[in-house]
This record gives sequence, C-alpha cells and structure tokens, in this order.
Amino acid sequence: MKTIYVDNAATTAMSDRAIEAMTPYLKGVYGNPSSLHTVGQVAKEALDSAREKIAKCLGANPNEIYFTSGGSEADNQAIRSAAILGARKGKKHIISTAFEHHAVLHTLKKLEKEGFEVTYLDVHENGIVTAQELKEAIRPDTALVTIMYANNEVGTIQPIREIGEVCREAGVVFHTDAVQAVGHIPVDVKADNIDMLSLSGHKFHGPKGVGALYCKKGLPLLTFVEGGAQERGKRAGTENIAGIASMAAALEEAVENLEENSKRETALRDRLIAGLSKIPHSKLNGDRERRLPGNVNMCFEGIEGESLLLLLDSKGICASSGSACTSGSLDPSHVLLALGLPHEVAHGSLRLSLSEYNTEEEIDEIIAAVPKVVEYLRNISPIWEDLEKGKKPHII
Amino acid sequence: MALYSEKVMDHFTNPRNVGKIEDADGIGEVGNAKCGDIMKIYLKINNGIITDVKFNTFGCGSAIASSSMATELIKGQPLEKALELTNKAVAEALDGLPAHKMHCSVLAEEAIRAAIKDYYDKNGIAYDKAQFPEHNDEDEH
Repeated sequence: MKTIYVDNAATTAMSDRAIEAMTPYLKGVYGNPSSLHTVGQVAKEALDSAREKIAKCLGANPNEIYFTSGGSEADNQAIRSAAILGARKGKKHIISTAFEHHAVLHTLKKLEKEGFEVTYLDVHENGIVTAQELKEAIRPDTALVTIMYANNEVGTIQPIREIGEVCREAGVVFHTDAVQAVGHIPVDVKADNIDMLSLSGHKFHGPKGVGALYCKKGLPLLTFVEGGAQERGKRAGTENIAGIASMAAALEEAVENLEENSKRETALRDRLIAGLSKIPHSKLNGDRERRLPGNVNMCFEGIEGESLLLLLDSKGICASSGSACTSGSLDPSHVLLALGLPHEVAHGSLRLSLSEYNTEEEIDEIIAAVPKVVEYLRNISPIWEDLEKGKKPHII
Repeated sequence: MALYSEKVMDHFTNPRNVGKIEDADGIGEVGNAKCGDIMKIYLKINNGIITDVKFNTFGCGSAIASSSMATELIKGQPLEKALELTNKAVAEALDGLPAHKMHCSVLAEEAIRAAIKDYYDKNGIAYDKAQFPEHNDEDEH
C-alpha cells in the first residue's frame, strides 16, 4: 500500500540535500569543534558555516544564533531567561496566547506557580490575535511577550510585524515560537521586530533533535545547560555537528525554494479544502486566508477523530487529530478550544499538513477517501443519529 | 499499528452487530459527547435470553472495538450471564487495551447493564437495585 504522508506539521521527511550535508560529519569529520587540532578545526568550520547560513536565512547575524536540541529547548530558554531577567527589575507580567505550543504553555504555567502573572490574549474564532489587543494588555511591569509566528494545529499566521512593533515601542522583549513558520513563509527577524525566535530543524526537512534560538545582539540571555563554553557560554555541551550542518542545509534549501513551494502547497491546500468542504456539517478551523500554505484543519460533526485517523491510516493516509483520544487526556486540543469550538465538535477534528513532496494525485485520493470514512463513522454514531433526527441541533 | 492489538483493529475495522433494533426490548446509552465517547446498545430479549443485540458508538477505535466485542460476548446469553460481563472480560477478549483506553471497556459493560435495566423497567420486572449502581460519566474517564 502506498503511503500518503500529510502530517508535516508533526515532522517532515528529510530532504536529500539535508541527508548529504549530514553524512560527512557522521563518517570522516568526527572532530570536536572545541579541539585545537586540525580534525577539531574542520568541525569548527562546519559549525561556523552552518551558523552563517541560518543567520542569513533569518536576516540575523551569526553571533545571534544559538544551537539547541530543538524548538522546545529554545522556547524554554527564551521564556525562562526573559522572565527571570524581567523579575530582577520587578517585572513579573508576561503576555501570550492560549493556543501556544505546550513547550511555551507549560513553561508559562510553571512561571505562574513561581509568582509570575500571565495574560493570555484572545485568539478569536479565526485563530489570530490583534496587535491592538496586545497593546492594551501591556503594562509597566510586562517583562515579555511570547506569541507564536504560526499555529501548529490550525496554521493561522499571526501579525508578527505589528506585534513586534508594539513591543518595540513599549520596550518589552518579544519572543516568537516560529517552529511552524521558518522555512515555510518569509521570516526576517529585523523587519519583523523580533527579539527572540525559536526554530526546529525537522519541520523543514531537516533532522530531529536539533534547533536554534535567535537572540538579538545586546539582549541578555541566561544559560540553563551549564558546562563548557560552547555557544558563547549560553548552552554547554559538545555540538551536534551532523545535525546542525544538516539543519542549515535544509533551511537554506527551504528558503531558496520558498516562493515556489509555497505556491505549490497553497494550490494543493486550496484543492483539499474545497474537496473536503463538500462534506455536510464540516468546518474549516482557523482563518481561511491567513494560514500556512500547507495547513488544512477541519471538523466533521458527529464523529471522533481517533477512529477517523485509524481508518485513514488503514488506507495509507497519515494525518493527525486534536481529539482527546489522540491528546492522551480528557480534553480535546487546547488550540481548538481556544478558537471557541465546543468539545463535542473539537473531538472530530482532522489536521492534514502538506509539504512540497505531496502531489495532486495524493490530494485527490484524500478527497475521495475522507468522505467515505466520515460517512461510515457517522452511520454508526449515536450522536449523528440524534443530530439527523433533530433531537439535537447541528452546531456546524 | 502498535497502539492496538490485532483483535482490537479487527473489531474496529469490521465491527460485529453494528446497527439498531427498531423494536428493541431494552436500550442503554452511556457516555458523554464532551468526553468523546457515547455507546448505545439495543437488545432483543426472548424468555430471558438475548436473542439479538446491536450497537451504535461515537468514539475512538477502542470504544468501537469494545462495543463490538461486548455484543459478541452477550449474544445468545441469558440476562443473568450478560449482567456478569465485566469490562476486564471485554478487554481480555480483545487481547488487551492500552491502559488509558480501559475506560472504553468500562463503557461497554455499563451500556449493557443500562440496556438490561431499561428492559426490566419497561416490563415491570423486579431486580436488585444494587446490581445497577449509578454512574457519573464525567468521573468515569
């Protein structure tokens, strides 16, 4: 059976170029960049070159890039650092949104327990915050604003440039979790007024277990992994050279082809949305226009997401859902709830996240498969029966 | 898929006894849409024997598989025997369920009990109330 992989927001397949960029450092160039000898210095050159490439892709300077184990670590370091430094000046207020990634949300929850106050901005029904509401929420004691560039579940793109502007004017540090955005839509830390940004290698056809934190020059950054002087003392530990070199190659490739890929993915996305919207009592989640080129997130009333995923998987289609059963908790996705969807509808969500590797034929296969599976599940669903008999009103 | 046993996948993808019984003698519905699963069981009863059983379920793969297996286990059985069915027996018959999915088998047990209670109530048959403890769906999961 052929596999149709449409779960690229979870992770992506590595590109050939990313794999090729990695192999010299797995076999051959094994040096430690901290070593003075030639073998070490060759590795050091690879590290420097990767840092330059990544900085260039973001519009940053190489000395503003800190390599980490991934997006989660970068989020943790940025938020915790800004919070602690803010608290030293008596600022213990943070502004964020309720639909951030858990790497951000769980860090904020811990900070709340430690005495910080967090304001969660409304993401509205369309999944987008407004710069005006942010402006109104900023207080004299606001230490940090952390708002994601694009949402990982519903793909909505936030008005980052305006948000950055508001933060700059107010003199508040602005961090953005750009894990879903980098390599997919244009990101420029200077033009976007970003102070700190997190990214992850495996979301743009790079390897897993490696990411980076951009931290604007002059902005203090605290160290949480103590040890050697790697990453200018901000993150100890011998560098993951193979992963870093590969991530840099992947990002370079993604940025080089960004316009073309974006156009292609947007066309596939729109075809998919149009096809699936024909299913009665279905709904696209998140803004129709201001969303990532590869993101489709829909709810189908009367069914549960996990059973939908399993049946699609049995047809070779790999997707994801925000149902409680897939989140491992009682509640469905916090993102869909933040958009104001009722629990019973949020349980029936399906996220299809595309990449440039997907084809039109694959999209058409999905458009053919999903309605059948939805119909099958609705036929055995007592909720659907109640909705159809008018015992309960349709919500969507 | 490693998440579920082959038996769970079999009962999920080819569920037995799916459907409704229009002139059912007992109907039981348990669960909560908010929590993501609802099970509805229909029984046809003749001389204290379950002659037919059907189900409709809104829920995850293990909820559908548990419904299917539970209906198989009680079909053709006397009511007393069906009342003895435990969630553990349903889970075991499915070659096990992941720990966080055990509540699906609990729902199956409860749905059957609810359907039998409905039959007793409709027909004025006396029963020991202790056999049908009240459940709070919100707490079950």
